[in-house]
Amino acid sequence: MLERIEEIRSEAGTAIEAAPGTAELEGLRVRLLGRKAELTTILRGIADLPQRERGKVGAAANRARQELEALLERRAADLDAAELEARLAVDRVDVTLPGAPARPVGHIHLITRTTRQIEDVMVGLGYRVVEGPEIEHDYYNFTALNHPPGHPARMLQDTFYVQSHPDVLLRTHTSPVQIRALEVQPPPIFMIVPGKVYRRDSDATHSPMFHQVEGLAIGEGITMADLQGTLSEMLQAIFGEGREARMRPHFFPFTEPSVEFDVSCFQCEGSGALGDGSRCNLCKGIGWIEVGGAGMVDPTVLGFVESSGYDPERVQGFAFGMGVERIAMLRHGVPDLRRFFDNDVRVLGQFR
Amino acid sequence: MRVPYTWLRELCDPGIGPEELAERLAMTGTEVERVATVGPPSAEGFVVGKVLAAEPHPDADRLSVCAVDTGEEEERTIVCGAPNVAAGQMVPVALPGATMPGGQKLGKAKLRGVKSYGMILSAAELEVGEDPGGILVLEDGIVPGSPLSRVLPLAEPVLELEVTPNRADCFGVYGVAREVHAISAAPLGPEPWAEDAPAEGDGEVGDYASVTVEAPDLCPRFTARVFTDVAIGPSPAWLQARLTAAGQRPINNVVDIANYAMLLTAQPLHAFDLDRVPGGALTIRTAAEGETMTTLDGVERTFDAETVLVCDGNGPSGIAAIMGGQASEVSGGTARVLLEVANWDGTNILRTSRLLGLRSEASSRFEKQLHPELCMRAQRIASRLMVELCGAKLVPGTIDVAAAAPAPHRIVLRGSRVEGLLGMRIEQPDQVAYLERLGFGVEVDGDDLAVMVPPDRHYDVTREVDLIEEVARVHGLDEHLPTTLPGSAGQVGGLTREQRLRRRAEDAMRDLGFDEAIGWSFTDPGEAQRLRIPAADPRADAVMLSNPLSEDQSAMRTTVLGSLLDVARGNLARDADRVALFESGCVYLDAGDAGEGPLAGSFPGERPAPVAEPRHLGCLAVGPLSAGSWRGGGEPADFFSLKGVLEALAGRLGAELSFEAAAEPFLHPGRAARVAIDGDRAGWIGELHPLVCREWDLEAAVAFEVELAALVGAATAGEETYEDVTTFPAVYQDLAVVVPDEVSAASVRDAVLGGGGELLRSAEVFDLYEGEQLGEGRKSLALRLEFRAPDRTLTDEEVAGLRRSIEVELGKVGGSLRE
Ligand SMILES: [Zn+2]
Repeated sequence: MLERIEEIRSEAGTAIEAAPGTAELEGLRVRLLGRKAELTTILRGIADLPQRERGKVGAAANRARQELEALLERRAADLDAAELEARLAVDRVDVTLPGAPARPVGHIHLITRTTRQIEDVMVGLGYRVVEGPEIEHDYYNFTALNHPPGHPARMLQDTFYVQSHPDVLLRTHTSPVQIRALEVQPPPIFMIVPGKVYRRDSDATHSPMFHQVEGLAIGEGITMADLQGTLSEMLQAIFGEGREARMRPHFFPFTEPSVEFDVSCFQCEGSGALGDGSRCNLCKGIGWIEVGGAGMVDPTVLGFVESSGYDPERVQGFAFGMGVERIAMLRHGVPDLRRFFDNDVRVLGQFR
Repeated sequence: MRVPYTWLRELCDPGIGPEELAERLAMTGTEVERVATVGPPSAEGFVVGKVLAAEPHPDADRLSVCAVDTGEEEERTIVCGAPNVAAGQMVPVALPGATMPGGQKLGKAKLRGVKSYGMILSAAELEVGEDPGGILVLEDGIVPGSPLSRVLPLAEPVLELEVTPNRADCFGVYGVAREVHAISAAPLGPEPWAEDAPAEGDGEVGDYASVTVEAPDLCPRFTARVFTDVAIGPSPAWLQARLTAAGQRPINNVVDIANYAMLLTAQPLHAFDLDRVPGGALTIRTAAEGETMTTLDGVERTFDAETVLVCDGNGPSGIAAIMGGQASEVSGGTARVLLEVANWDGTNILRTSRLLGLRSEASSRFEKQLHPELCMRAQRIASRLMVELCGAKLVPGTIDVAAAAPAPHRIVLRGSRVEGLLGMRIEQPDQVAYLERLGFGVEVDGDDLAVMVPPDRHYDVTREVDLIEEVARVHGLDEHLPTTLPGSAGQVGGLTREQRLRRRAEDAMRDLGFDEAIGWSFTDPGEAQRLRIPAADPRADAVMLSNPLSEDQSAMRTTVLGSLLDVARGNLARDADRVALFESGCVYLDAGDAGEGPLAGSFPGERPAPVAEPRHLGCLAVGPLSAGSWRGGGEPADFFSLKGVLEALAGRLGAELSFEAAAEPFLHPGRAARVAIDGDRAGWIGELHPLVCREWDLEAAVAFEVELAALVGAATAGEETYEDVTTFPAVYQDLAVVVPDEVSAASVRDAVLGGGGELLRSAEVFDLYEGEQLGEGRKSLALRLEFRAPDRTLTDEEVAGLRRSIEVELGKVGGSLRE
């Protein structure tokens, strides 16, 4: 009996190893370990054996059964793996076909992006961002900014007026927000104003609608030297480390002294000439690029908000402003201001 | 303001070249637009010649063949086309090799078979004057062959200054010279008006002319002088050249003298032919409302009651400070001249010149407000030239109708204030030197200065701070100003939560695949109609501009949608096959009220904004949101694609939106919804009405527009509180609900949520089935439910109970569970 068991085990082992597929292996399992299988029959007949044989035969048969089960399992795993490989081997794609398009990523407009960049720089210097209306009272846009009615300085900006309200206009600068903020917040104040402004002008260098960012700092003992330092920090943050700021005296009704400010040219490093000796086209050989206007807030302007704590003998400060389009044009080589308002998706998509 | 460099150097020679001076001027407050060159780029090759003979060309009627002495051994043959060429004339000659203005190089030429070895020039060809009649004839007494630059300014550098409107004084060359003196310390020539002309005419000025000023407020001073024996003729070459370089056309000696005096002093003058002024009587008065006059340019002009006119016995003869009259214009036959030098109210002149659309060299100076003192300066300079160049006799006396001159300003400049405002020290002797060079009178008083303001700067320098600017700019900001930062006053910078969330919303739209557009705030008044917005809708009532650039830009937009449609059309016209756009920008509503906060149009300040300008976020898609490919996809965006975008946007902000079918005039009536937040209207979403699409040349489009203030106001992003989702497991179940077609998914979901109570954490519709087996007019919705209790594991019995109460609630909206 014991020999027979050993025979079954050995033959079965060979058969299992030789099983060509999982279906055949399943057949083998039924034949070897099923209800009618010889080993099963042996195990079932153990009770009928003589007493002294039972132990040995029972142990051998059970061991054989366990061994066969293990062999079957191992062979099944091998066959599974082989069959999977075979299936995968024929499951091929043309990897050179284009990928499925992902949902495209959109773009923030370069003007918004540039505005945010300036805001972030100034926020880092301790400024808050304040906004005001684009359709504005004459009072805030002109009168309180030291442009009395009929003053020639009013004609610096050609202004759009609103039909139904003769004293209402499209703001020509972001400066009216200065007055709005000063009316409600006592000194010290450090603020920056981004936004759309409007002037009655349209050509390659003028758009009737454009964007400005304006800064204002008022407190005790804030000087023109502080203005220069602030501009220098800001311009370096926008145009890169090592850039210099310079101020040229100018005239604005709401600042005194007034200046225009320049940044040293970042294309020619301020030399005015390019590597090959030719004239730098960006700064036109001057080495400096005009960025905006600034100055010390005019005492007359402070006089309009004296009741909220702006005594010109006690507090003073500076204001500066610049065109966002201009900065974006300089930084990214955009040749024409009007391109910003075409909103051509082929252009929008260039700025990530 | 064009300043010929040789003229400037005659008054103040800084000893540096024009380019270098231009830079110094720019750094002290006078921008130089460019340094131009008038005339040929180089004086090389231009000489004085003497015409020895001028014979008719054998083969051409209009040409002469001239023999010209140019100082060489042999005379030159030059063919000349000018009618006035004649033997004996001294003429300007360009030799072959000379470069003409404009850069053309002169060569030898053959004209109708005769070789020409040079060119005899006209004043216009040299850019030293106007002479359409022919060549320029020079004065005798010059040796032939002398360089032409000895008698005429050739290659004259001209500084084109961009004078700021506060500096009326720099609209005169002497004012510019004083500025150069101030910044360079080079000596300044004597005031050119110091000396007057001898008055050698007969009688007294009152015998010839009279002036009545009826509007003294608008005409603070009117002076007049009379000249007899005037010989009208062309001005001498030096004067013509100077005027031409300064950008003025030479006309005749009298007019040229008036222009010259203006260019020198900034004070305009006007010459009348006295014999054409009836009775020599002038009256200055304001116009009657609606009064008309035909001006020199042949246009009939209508005036208002604030226009100031200069009238004679025949009525108005000119508009004060803006345009003279034809009747009394100086002409070839003029023998007696009345020279007017007046002072006008600058604001009034600016107003009138704007109103009439007339601007002249004179009005552009008067509008900056000149000081009355300047009148006599101009009179003196012009008088001397009238005597000198026109052989005129000055009649003794000056008619001078003047109100009291404004008292000069005396300003105290505190030494401490200079340093306190600038943050740099300027030593007192330097301050004094700068101010004196600028023409101010200065007295030292301890650390302070008492400063008298000269008339030229009367309207510009009125306060201490104005003087600080003067000393600062002459001292030099670029060289001396330190670079510091304001002392920290404990301020903290930052964006408000609203500003941060607005950025987040914009970034979310970008991440969802949309390009940000910035549309025009202006639109055309017909846009509302093209959007089918009815007249009663507040969005049809745009804020209108009174002076738009064009009709197309005359209304302020009331929707962002219109801008996005314009942008979409533009891009499709440029061959884009799809667009996905958004804009975050203001709309302008005349009738609307501002809500809370800047996004809703409520801004800081004592006066509210004149009109409501809430900020909207608009979104428009034409074509697929994602491109199709070989695997399919690429279906055009529809209502649900964009609703998914809007829901994702709200999700990024943590805002809860609700949608309800509601029409908008510009939307497909069956595919339009109102977007609400907390039950309040916050915007709309839908597929565009085909007729609207047609107006913008689109096949189909889908869009939404929401009020950013509402969206941001409802945002919970950043304010979240932790919810325990790990300790006790959730129970997930699916639910199939059959309802009549007309019952909306939202009301089914609301019923389910109502029935589930607090333990039902979410219920999302994930499938819709409409089929025959449900019966006509019915649909089945599948919802996925999530039950969870914060403090225990839910039992099967509890969930079964909740399901029963959900069933009850569903029954109320006509729904039943489908098993
Ligand atoms: Zn450069």
